[in-house]
Amino acid sequence: MATIDVNVNGANHAADVEPRLLLVHFIREVLGLTGTHIGCDTSHCGACTVVMDGRAVKSCTVFAVQADGREVLTVEGLEQDGKLHPIQEGFFQEHGLQCGYCTPGMLMTGFAFLKSGDDPTEDEIRHAISGNLCRCTGYVNIVKAYQYAAQKMREGGA
Amino acid sequence: MEPRTTPEIGGMGHSVKRKEDPRFIRGQGNFVDDVVLPDMLYLDIVRSPYAHATIKNIDTSKALAIPGVLAVITGKDLAQYNLHWMPTLMSDTQMVLPVDKVMYQAQEVAAVLATTRYIAADGVDAVEVDYDPLPVVVDPKKALLPDAPVLRTDKEGKKDNHIWHWEWGDKAATDKTFDEAEVTVEQEIYIPRIHVSSIETCGCVAHFNKVSGKLTVWMTTQAPHAIRTVFALVAGHVGLAEHKIQIISPDIGGGFGGKVPVYPGYVIAVAASVLTGKPVKWIEDRMENLQADSFARDYHMSAELAGKKDGTLTGLRIKTIADHGYTDAAANPSKFPAGLFHICTGSYDLKAAHVEVDGAYTNKPPGGIAYRCSFRVTEAVHAIERMADIMAHEIGMDAAEFRLKNFIKPEQFPYTSALGWEYDSGNYAGALKLAMERVGYDELRKEQAEKRARGELMGIGISSFTEIVGAGPSKHFDILGIKMFDSAEIRLHPTGKVIARFGTKSQGQGHETTYAQIVAEELGIPVADIAVEEGDTDTAPYGLGTYASRSTPVAGAACAIAARKIRDKAKKIAAYLLEAHEDDLEWEPGKFSVKGSPDRAKTIQEISLAAYTNHPPGMEAGLEAVNYYDPPNLTYPFGSYICVVDLDKGTGEIKIRRFVAVDDCGNIINPMIVEGQIHGGLTMGLAPALYEEIQYDESGNNLNGSFMNYLVPTAVETPNWETGKTCTPSPHHPLGAKGVGESATVGAPAAIVNAVVDAMWHLGVRHIDIPITPAKVWKLLREHGVTE
Repeated sequence: MATIDVNVNGANHAADVEPRLLLVHFIREVLGLTGTHIGCDTSHCGACTVVMDGRAVKSCTVFAVQADGREVLTVEGLEQDGKLHPIQEGFFQEHGLQCGYCTPGMLMTGFAFLKSGDDPTEDEIRHAISGNLCRCTGYVNIVKAYQYAAQKMREGGA
Repeated sequence: MEPRTTPEIGGMGHSVKRKEDPRFIRGQGNFVDDVVLPDMLYLDIVRSPYAHATIKNIDTSKALAIPGVLAVITGKDLAQYNLHWMPTLMSDTQMVLPVDKVMYQAQEVAAVLATTRYIAADGVDAVEVDYDPLPVVVDPKKALLPDAPVLRTDKEGKKDNHIWHWEWGDKAATDKTFDEAEVTVEQEIYIPRIHVSSIETCGCVAHFNKVSGKLTVWMTTQAPHAIRTVFALVAGHVGLAEHKIQIISPDIGGGFGGKVPVYPGYVIAVAASVLTGKPVKWIEDRMENLQADSFARDYHMSAELAGKKDGTLTGLRIKTIADHGYTDAAANPSKFPAGLFHICTGSYDLKAAHVEVDGAYTNKPPGGIAYRCSFRVTEAVHAIERMADIMAHEIGMDAAEFRLKNFIKPEQFPYTSALGWEYDSGNYAGALKLAMERVGYDELRKEQAEKRARGELMGIGISSFTEIVGAGPSKHFDILGIKMFDSAEIRLHPTGKVIARFGTKSQGQGHETTYAQIVAEELGIPVADIAVEEGDTDTAPYGLGTYASRSTPVAGAACAIAARKIRDKAKKIAAYLLEAHEDDLEWEPGKFSVKGSPDRAKTIQEISLAAYTNHPPGMEAGLEAVNYYDPPNLTYPFGSYICVVDLDKGTGEIKIRRFVAVDDCGNIINPMIVEGQIHGGLTMGLAPALYEEIQYDESGNNLNGSFMNYLVPTAVETPNWETGKTCTPSPHHPLGAKGVGESATVGAPAAIVNAVVDAMWHLGVRHIDIPITPAKVWKLLREHGVTE
C-alpha cells in the first residue's frame, strides 16, 4: 500500500491505496465522486477525463499514486458557489449532450482547453475533443457548446 | 406545425431545454456502475481464447487461493440448477456458462466472485482452463456447405448449420418482371458485422434479499419490463417469481439496440447474488463489450433490380445469408426472423418483389440486433438505395431524376407495397427536391463534370430512404409472445402538478422532456410542473421498452391518449364547477371556459384541486389515467440525403465535403431534440460507411476487439451535418408523429457509398462494400488505371 494525498476539487484527501489503483477508481470508488465515467480500457474514449494540475488527463491511464501531491478537478468541481461554469452552461443551452455518459469528460476537456479570451475555430475545437468519443450527438452541438462557452468567457462570464 | 401552446407551457413544437441535463452536466447522473450497496461483491468473467474448443478441465484452485476470491462459478455449478442455458429472444438457446464446449472467442467460461473489482480480475487471471481446439467455421457461406462441421451438436438431430429459411413476396410475379425486363442489374452487397459501442458498456448490480425473497437488479437495459418477465420465466423453477423481481434501469449511457438482449453476465450475477444473498456487481470492460456482446448486421446479400430503359423500376429480388454467430440471439419481433427487411422496396413504386433470407450458425458471438435501426431496416435501405443508384448509372440517367421518376407519389398514400406493408404517408419528392435545393445539386453536377474533365474525382450520392418504425400492431408484433404495445400512466396531484410514467426507457433520447411536452400539449400544464419516470418495473406500467424508434410512435401515443382521458374527466369536473353543460365548454391549452363567456373558466390546476377536494357527486375522486396503446399501423418516416465527396487519388482518402440531410418524421415534439437525434444518427451512419467493422481471421480471432482498432468516429472525422425538414404527419398517430431516432443511421451509409461510387463510376467501379477505407479506394483506383 502507498499513502497518497491528493487535492480533489479543492479538498485534500489522504488515503492508503494499492500502487496499481487507477486514478479513476480512486475518484469513483474511494472518494465516491461518480461523475467521472469509464468507457474503455485503452484511453481512447475520454469518458474518464479529469483535469490534473491544469491539464486534461485520462484518469484510466493515471495511477492514483501519480496524483499524489497534485490538484485534480472533476466534473463535480466545475460549479462554483451555485454558478455553473460556462462550459456546463454551453452544453445545456446548445443541446450538447444526450445520454450524458461522455459529458463529464467532454466538459473537463473543455475546461482545460478553453482559456478566457480564446476564440477557437471549429477546426480547433474538433481537434481538441478528438480524444473524447461521443456516440449520441454527432459532435455538432458539442462544438456549439464549446463556442458558447468561449464567447461567455470572452465576455467575462467566467 | 406551429406550436399551439405558449413557451411557458412548452407543448409540441417548442425546443424546450432538456429536463435531464442539469444532473448530467454536474456529474450527478446515476448510471449502473454508480450504484454502490453495502457488502457488495464483484463479478468478473473468464473468457475463451478459442473460437471453438472442448473444455477438458477448469482448475479453480489457484484463483480460490487468492485472499478475497470467494467463488469461481462454472457451467457445471449452474447446471445443478438448470441455469447453464437460457432462451434467446428469438427462441433459440444460448449458454450462460458452458459445461463442455465453447463456441466463440471471448465466450464466458467461468465467473469469479470477489470482494473487490481488482481481486476479481486477479482471480480471472488465475483460473486455468484446459481446452482442446475444434475446427472453426467463420464464413456463413461455408457454414452452409454440406461438409461443414456441425456446430450446434447440443441440438438433437441437428445435421447442418442452417438456422431458418424465410421468404416473402410473390416469387412468380417477381420472376415475371425479370423475364420481361428491358434492363436488369445485379450486385453482391455485404453489410459487415458492426457493434453499437455505446460509451457506457453493459453491466448490472443484482441484489437478492434472502429474507424478503426479492431480487432487485439495476441493469443496463432498454426493456426492463420484458427483462423482468424473461427472468421470471427462466428462473421460475428456482423460486424467482415475477412479483419478487424488480428491474431498475437507471440512467443509461447509450443503447442503440445493444442493451436489449439478456447477456450471460447478467444471469451469472443474479445467480451469484441469489446464492450468496449479497449484492453482486458485474460491469464488462470495453474489450468484453466489443468481443462478446451482440453484433449488428452481417448480411451477405445478392440483389437484383429489373426495369425499363426509360428508368421505370418494375421488380426487386434479394437473397441473403445472415450470419448469426453460434445462436440466433437477434432481437426481432417473433414472427420476423429477418426483422422488417421486407421494407426493402423502399421509396419506390415497384410492381413485384421477392426476398429470401437464410440464417447460418458460425463460430462468432451471437446477435443480429439493431445498430440504431428498426429490425434490419438499414440492410433493406442499403440494398435498395445501392441498387437504385447502380440502375440509374447503368442506364445513364441522373440519380435524382431516376428517383423522382420512381417514387411513390403523395396521392398514392396510404400505399401498399409489393411486399405488403401499408405506408401511412409520404412526400418523397418534396424531401429530395428540398435536399437538392439546399446542396445546390445542379451546380454540383456541373462542377463534377468540369473536375472529371481535369481528372479530379468528385462524387455526389443520394439516399432517399423510407423507414418502418413503431413496432407494433399486436396482430403481427410480439417478443416471446408479449404483444408490442406500450404504455403511459399519468397522475395529476391536487396542486395541478403531474407525475407520468412509461413502459419505455430513454438512453439519451430525452424522454423526460418530450413526454412532458406531450402532457403539456394535451393538458396545458407547464413542462416544468411535470415529472417523467421510466425504468423501474415496480412503479412504471408494463411496456416493451425503447428501441426501433418506437417510443414516440407507441408510448408517445399512449401518453396523448391517457392525457385525453384526463381531459375528458376534467371537462366533467369543470362543468360541475362552472354550473354549465359539458357541451357548452370549450378547451384551450390549460383551461375550460364557457362558450361566449371567456371569463367563466376553470384552469386545469383548479380542476385538479377540485378532483380531490370538491369532485362532483357520483364521480370517483382523483385525476389520473392509464393507456396501453396498440398501434393500428407502423409509421413510415422518410428522408433524402445528399453527400458530396472528394477523393484523393494519391492516398485514397475520402473527404466528405457536404452532407445535407432532409428528414420527415411527421409532427415534431421538440425540434432541438429531433435535430440532435439526426446529428447522432448521421454519425452512426458515417461510422459503418467509412470506419467500423468487426473482422475475424480464419481461426475465429476477433481483429477489432478494442477502441484501438474498432474505429468509432471522433469529431475530426465527423462532418458538420446540415439538416432540413419537411413535415408529412402520420394520419393514424394521435399526434401525427412518426419517430426519428434511427432515420439517419438507416439512410446515411447509402448516400456516402453512392457518392464514392459516383466519383469512380466513369472509371468502371460499380460497387464498394462498406466500410470504404482509403486502402480500398486506393486499390480500386490503381486497378482502374489511376496512378496518381
